[in-house]
Amino acid sequence: MKAPLSWILEHVDVPAGTTTEHLTDRLTLTGLKLEAVVSPGRDITGPLVIGRVLTMEPEPQKNGKTINWCTVDVGDANGTGEPQGIVCGAHNFAPGDLVATVLPGGVLPGGFEIGARKTYGHLSAGMICSARELGLGDDHDGIIVLPADAGQPGDDVRPVLGLDEETIEFEINPDRAYALSIRGIAREVLVSVDGASNFRDPADRDTPAPNADGHPVVVEDADGCPVFVARKVTGFDPTAATPDHIVQRITAAGMRPISLAVDVTNYVMLETGRPIHGYDADKVQGAIVVRRARDGERLTTLDGTDRALDPADLVVTDDSGIIGLGGVMGGETTEMSGTTTSILVEAAHWDAVSMYRTGRRHKITSEAGKRNERGVDPTICEAAADRVVELLVEHGGGTADSGVTVVGTPPAMPVIEVAGDLAARVSGMPITEERSIDCLRAVGCEVSGSGTLTVTPPPWRPDLTDPQDLTEEVIRLVGYDHVPSILPTPPSGRGLTHSQRLRRRIGRTLAGDGFVEVVTFPFVGTSDLDDLGLPADDARRDLLRLSNPLSAEAPFMTTTLLPGVLRTAGKNVGHGNVDLAIFETGAVTLPRHSGPAAILPVDRRPTDDEFAALDAALPAQPLHLALVAAGDAVSGGWWGAARPVTWSDAIEEVRSVAAALGLDVTASSADLAPWHPGRCAELSVDGEVVGHAGEVHPRVCQAFGLPKRTVAAEVDLDLLIERAVHLRPAPSFSSYPVAKEDVALVVDASVPAADVEAALREGAGELLESIRLFDVYTGDQVGEGKKSLAYALRFRAPDRTLKEGEAAAARDAAVALAVERTGAVQRA
Amino acid sequence: MSGPNTDYDPVEVTPLKAEQVDEMREAALAAIAAAADLDALKQVRIDHTGDRSPLALANREIGALPPQARKDAGQRIGQTRGAVNQALAARQVVLEAEHEERMLVEETVDVSLPTTRARRGGRHPLTLQSELIADLFVAMGYEVAEGPVVEAEWLNFDALNLGPDHPARSMQDTFWTEPAENHVVLRTQTSPVQARTMLTRKPPIYVVCPGRVFRTDEYDATHSPMFHQVEGLVVDEGITMAHLKGTLDHFASQLFGDGITTRFRPSYFPFTEPSAEVDVLCFVCRNVDPASCRTCRGEGWIEWGGCGVVNPRVLTACGVDPSVYSGFAFGMGIDRSFMFRHNLEDLRPLFEGDVRFSSSFGSEI
Ligand SMILES: [Zn+2]
Repeated sequence: MKAPLSWILEHVDVPAGTTTEHLTDRLTLTGLKLEAVVSPGRDITGPLVIGRVLTMEPEPQKNGKTINWCTVDVGDANGTGEPQGIVCGAHNFAPGDLVATVLPGGVLPGGFEIGARKTYGHLSAGMICSARELGLGDDHDGIIVLPADAGQPGDDVRPVLGLDEETIEFEINPDRAYALSIRGIAREVLVSVDGASNFRDPADRDTPAPNADGHPVVVEDADGCPVFVARKVTGFDPTAATPDHIVQRITAAGMRPISLAVDVTNYVMLETGRPIHGYDADKVQGAIVVRRARDGERLTTLDGTDRALDPADLVVTDDSGIIGLGGVMGGETTEMSGTTTSILVEAAHWDAVSMYRTGRRHKITSEAGKRNERGVDPTICEAAADRVVELLVEHGGGTADSGVTVVGTPPAMPVIEVAGDLAARVSGMPITEERSIDCLRAVGCEVSGSGTLTVTPPPWRPDLTDPQDLTEEVIRLVGYDHVPSILPTPPSGRGLTHSQRLRRRIGRTLAGDGFVEVVTFPFVGTSDLDDLGLPADDARRDLLRLSNPLSAEAPFMTTTLLPGVLRTAGKNVGHGNVDLAIFETGAVTLPRHSGPAAILPVDRRPTDDEFAALDAALPAQPLHLALVAAGDAVSGGWWGAARPVTWSDAIEEVRSVAAALGLDVTASSADLAPWHPGRCAELSVDGEVVGHAGEVHPRVCQAFGLPKRTVAAEVDLDLLIERAVHLRPAPSFSSYPVAKEDVALVVDASVPAADVEAALREGAGELLESIRLFDVYTGDQVGEGKKSLAYALRFRAPDRTLKEGEAAAARDAAVALAVERTGAVQRA
Repeated sequence: MSGPNTDYDPVEVTPLKAEQVDEMREAALAAIAAAADLDALKQVRIDHTGDRSPLALANREIGALPPQARKDAGQRIGQTRGAVNQALAARQVVLEAEHEERMLVEETVDVSLPTTRARRGGRHPLTLQSELIADLFVAMGYEVAEGPVVEAEWLNFDALNLGPDHPARSMQDTFWTEPAENHVVLRTQTSPVQARTMLTRKPPIYVVCPGRVFRTDEYDATHSPMFHQVEGLVVDEGITMAHLKGTLDHFASQLFGDGITTRFRPSYFPFTEPSAEVDVLCFVCRNVDPASCRTCRGEGWIEWGGCGVVNPRVLTACGVDPSVYSGFAFGMGIDRSFMFRHNLEDLRPLFEGDVRFSSSFGSEI
């Protein structure tokens, strides 16, 4: 809400010397937050005074222009009392005129400094100003000639031109709809600024009594429209101009001047908060009927939009049909125009919820709608209509019709019982009951009783419905700045949960291994999944769709973190970060198609079943980890060659994360997009698949702008965290000597090394301490389609030194099982 | 340089005479002294104390002597061998020291060579900021509560006193999911976690909930459709606004520095009543001559978040008896806090994922 200060102060007095800053500080502290103070003359400094032109001598110049050499009486403003010599290029004035004169030392908008300077053969000491030079618009046809009664030479010209008029912009919270008016703001000044007094309510006026002579109105839905007031002005001059002060004020308030009739309704809305609608009375046919719309009805509103109406919309009709969307926007057929001479003024109170719904349904936001949907004082319809009639007659001629239609009565305000000490208990401040009563009365409440107070809020405060609302009023007037600062004493806490600690550990592990965390938006489109190469039946294509996505290309919540990290990796490579390792952790969204999440009542706790059903209706949202690496894992240098990232790095990083949780990961061959079908591992923990890792498919690399051999992994961290070892028993190790045995086995190239190792482990029995694959060989010596796997086995007993031959026997047993299981042949 | 006596013939001479033994000793000591390095000394040791050395051969002949002579010769040879071994050991120490010294000089490297060969990792600064904030509250005895980002409409709005026709709902710029009749949204605030907490725990409740939230804001320098919030909720007997103020003052001083306090301004949130905007004292200028301060843009205070006393309607919907318990809640932007704490004017680097950004923060902020 933008409110010209002079308009506010027309309705309330503040102590002399109250600065704008003090006023806005106080209003901010009580809840009307200052956004900005603007004034047209804020960029002008120094002497800007009324001057009287004494003489002007036209002097033609060589360049074809004619300048005027003027002497100007500026009173004592120049310190000498002598006339000021000024060169002026304009010609729209004459000796004797009063003009706006800036003297040397003044600064005009744009940092334009005025001095005494030699020009056209004269010493020109100052400037006679045009409107544009003062920042008052684009009028540069000539200088400003002031009215003859503007003042005396030497007087400050700022007040005359409205240059010092300040407009205060407030941020109005949704519960303070009353402050969307000069009336409401002036009332806030009264209760917020020390010494403010004499509030003059613009809605407090004597209005003519209702009679039967007014325009006939029938309200069929009194809940939707409790009050409807109609007045009429006839003989109105449609060409009459809006007076300057109204234009200035509604412009300062952020509204566009249109015509006198429209400007006056807006002016009264700004002043009182009550939206007013004006109809061209000659176009209204018969009685006005207010009702809900019917199925299939349509209306073309003032903005030229043809709208299909909803049966919940409140409409204003006449014999011709619908002529307005009540309280939201008028219709085209009865719109006031440049030939309107009779005006029907409607001031009606509308149900706020209906206003909100209709505005949202038809996507209409307007100054009127904003007020109607937040709640307007229902008792001021007659006053507001009367004020409009008064202004129309005053400035547009015409006659106020004697007919006054008033249908309905304002709804009663609720009566609220509140404990007299509630404000003290809520705020922690020693607020007495008396103080509470004073504050409540100050904001307009009627208060009676003691101990338990019986409070009736004023009609302009529909937001006050609960005891707690009244408490807020008391506390804000006492002052939030007086609330003491006291730390509460919580019971002893339990720290982070196991899962929370593990998630931190996972992040630290990845960072320690050289991976950089990224955060991406979880929105995807089908093209992202196409880029991943997901087949049509891939489960990850079952996506939750957003109704109102920011981008039509990404309307879904993602089921995989891979598009985000691959896209981010591609961007990094594009930025030259080619040796790259990144990761992201975040929830993915897996729809469960389990039906609606109920809208439960709010006047009681939901039952446990109801609450569980809410959760069951939400998609599964497991926490995932995705990582991508490309380029060199170890860079080359004086120490040796670089080591490029390989498929195994992706698997190893998942193993590193799992190890941080005390878990072992088993990798087995898999074929899943977006991985290379021959270089994709399915990763399992305790037999359950937790994710996949490996080299990214070359086509996917290309789609995401990544180099070939880029690697990636995605795992379900919830599954890992669930299995994380909670309490690890302390290990014990044997201090007896170790016996080492090496074996080399030749197997078919297709036999997984993990199978060979598993057979060796099992065959070796419990004396086996560790097994390590130290070489993989393919080539002539083992033959086509074969590979040689060389293992180092270490044997040790927990309680004794192994006997001669014991380790060898265990090794032989291991080899025997590997031979049996995998067709291995021991290499000599 | 003396070498082994190759003309020596043990059969033809009697090596056990004193002069001869003395000669052997002199020869050995001379050879030891002359050994220039450990390899030469090794050879000297073989030549003068080895199995085929004169002293060893002489020693072997002792057994053939008559008893009296055997004793003398034994003594003589024993002393000589002792002296030679001693000299060898002493020379060994000297040569080893020389060798070591030489080796260490030869092995000198250029320690100014670059050493970094593996990538440096780093955690996202918003993760670190969230953890830091969580830790501040955990230190006060709070616990960290969590909930889903795809959330039931009832928990995101209705339970928080935002009824279906509440004008504040339109302020929220909510992402809705399809089908609309499922009433599922992307949470617009972390407040549903507070509702979940009250629904699943008994007071006293002291929790903070950091997390991601979503609004339909176009992505630009100061807006993001996804950002991070931290909310706090306390429900206990006798909780007042003063406790809220004390908690936020403490939070501000921990996050921004000693002496940094907060200021409350009346505001409106359906979840709380009374409600307040929280400003934090500018930690750069501390509101001393703020006109030229870029951090607070001359205000002296920085808008930080919202807070208030939990609306009794919310307590009721979440199963807490408002006649027994009261509470407070607050919410701040983690991204915003990070931005002014670290002087970041454009938020987009937070979500662009350029590794140069995140890695510069390492693993602690
Ligand atoms: Zn500052």
